Amino acid sequence: MTTNYLLADAIISPLGFNTEENLENLRKERSGLKLHQNERFFKEGFYAGILSHEILNRAFLDLGKPENFSKLEKMMILAVHKVIANNPAVNLKSTGLVISTTKGNIDLIENSTFEKDRIYLWKLAKVVADFFGFSKTPIIVSNACISGALAIKTANELIRAERFENAIVVGGDLVSDFVVSGFQSFQAISTKPCRPYSNDRNGISLGEAAAAVLIGPSKTAETKVAYIDAVTTNDANHISGPSRTGEGLHRCIEELLGRNSIIREKIDHLSAHGTATIYNDEMEAIAFNRSQLNQVPMHSLKGYYGHTLGASALIESIVSKHSLLNNELFSSLNFTSLGVTKPLHIIKEHQKKDLKLTLKTASGFGGCNIAMLLKKESL
Amino acid sequence: MISEIQHIIIRDSRIVRNGEVIFEKENNRDISDFLKSAYKAFSIDYPKYFKMDRLSKLGFLATELLFPQGVDEKTALVFGNSNSSLDTDEDYLKTMQSFPSPGLFVYTLPNIMLGEISIRQQLYSENTFLIFEKFDAALFLDSAESLLLQNNTNAVLCGWVDLHSNDYDVFLWHIASLEQLKSQREQILKIYLPTHE
Repeated sequence: MTTNYLLADAIISPLGFNTEENLENLRKERSGLKLHQNERFFKEGFYAGILSHEILNRAFLDLGKPENFSKLEKMMILAVHKVIANNPAVNLKSTGLVISTTKGNIDLIENSTFEKDRIYLWKLAKVVADFFGFSKTPIIVSNACISGALAIKTANELIRAERFENAIVVGGDLVSDFVVSGFQSFQAISTKPCRPYSNDRNGISLGEAAAAVLIGPSKTAETKVAYIDAVTTNDANHISGPSRTGEGLHRCIEELLGRNSIIREKIDHLSAHGTATIYNDEMEAIAFNRSQLNQVPMHSLKGYYGHTLGASALIESIVSKHSLLNNELFSSLNFTSLGVTKPLHIIKEHQKKDLKLTLKTASGFGGCNIAMLLKKESL
Repeated sequence: MISEIQHIIIRDSRIVRNGEVIFEKENNRDISDFLKSAYKAFSIDYPKYFKMDRLSKLGFLATELLFPQGVDEKTALVFGNSNSSLDTDEDYLKTMQSFPSPGLFVYTLPNIMLGEISIRQQLYSENTFLIFEKFDAALFLDSAESLLLQNNTNAVLCGWVDLHSNDYDVFLWHIASLEQLKSQREQILKIYLPTHE
């Protein structure tokens, strides 16, 4: 079976409009989370990573009329554009487009001047695909907060099934009143910027972003990052509460490591989910300990980006790819003292270290979990 | 052979299992009422059903009636639809004007039905939820095929569970093996659309 690699990529977020800008801001430990006013649902404002319309529209001007596209469409188009630009590996006739989103253009559900069908996720995909002229029908993955990583897995499988020669995976979600009010109704939103795995954590911060990566075979001689494999599981326990035993996450990690004959000591980095809710982070700590991964240097990037839902696991995979290539580990921003009942090796400061193998995990509503392996290959 | 494919269709106030009508409620345009009557008619004893949104109820009910004896533990779930969770999104939106309902918000993701089915059937298997403009048998089968090549999956339950307002369309079918999957490429669309309406 041919190996597919994570090739060109782009991240559009409050931390920058290309991957390099994002990485530079991570290196400086800058966060996209800021205090925003929202009189409707928060008297004292709330912390979130929100893209300015003005900056987004300015960045979009070279591509099209900003008023013709929704905010999320512009973000996704910008991300895909950066991957396509000057990239001979992309062929609009044979390259697939795989979209990852949970709520798509949900901001249009209230007071929208766009056509009604823009609310459908397949329409969002169509708008993005038609903008560039992709011949193949776009594929949409909408599987809660594992969507970003599941879209990479889906793209890999559809390339192997010869539906596509290679594929661009693009993920994105917004900080909308719809989503903000929903998490607030669960009392799941942190009063401060979120603090994954810390003893003073008290909930998530939301973020918005889009990201894109080209996945496909590659014959070039350069050092690159391969997609090895991924496994999903369901907790079979609760639709919104994380499992108290970490069973689902533990099971998918075990299946993944087992069938790829991976020795735990070979895992250099664990890019975890870390939403900073009390129960999610505790669930992860239990699952990682059951899988004997408590010595592996790990972080959550939610302190930088907030929880970007359908984009999060994709952004975290792209950042992991660059960590592997640059031999640098990013700190788990906003971590104070360990606040879970099992030991974890949280990365407190950026580190330079030889890296080869990353384990990426994510979990989401509906009881879903994913574990994925990314490996650096040098010739 | 078409008859060998375990499948169920819920459409036009009717439930048809493996080609046989097992439940019918004539002239019924109210989906909530239909879902309640069907639950009662089959004496399903699962109080959590009443907490689910209509979309999850459809997926749950179809699975329950297709496999009254339960689903094998190594069965992956590959589901999809066109409207995502829009039906429940609109219900949640109404509560946003006063007190946003956490009980509704949690159902504003289409893959929640996979959680409901997995809880009921105690499945720790693979989950994928895809969105299509229209039913696409080939995409379901391509996704299922790659899972069947992996050793944690012995079978796949494919599900098209679509709902908006009172319009619903449900079609679940079982893929027992890679071999059976190959023969399904020709047949699935014919089962889904027996006549060209």
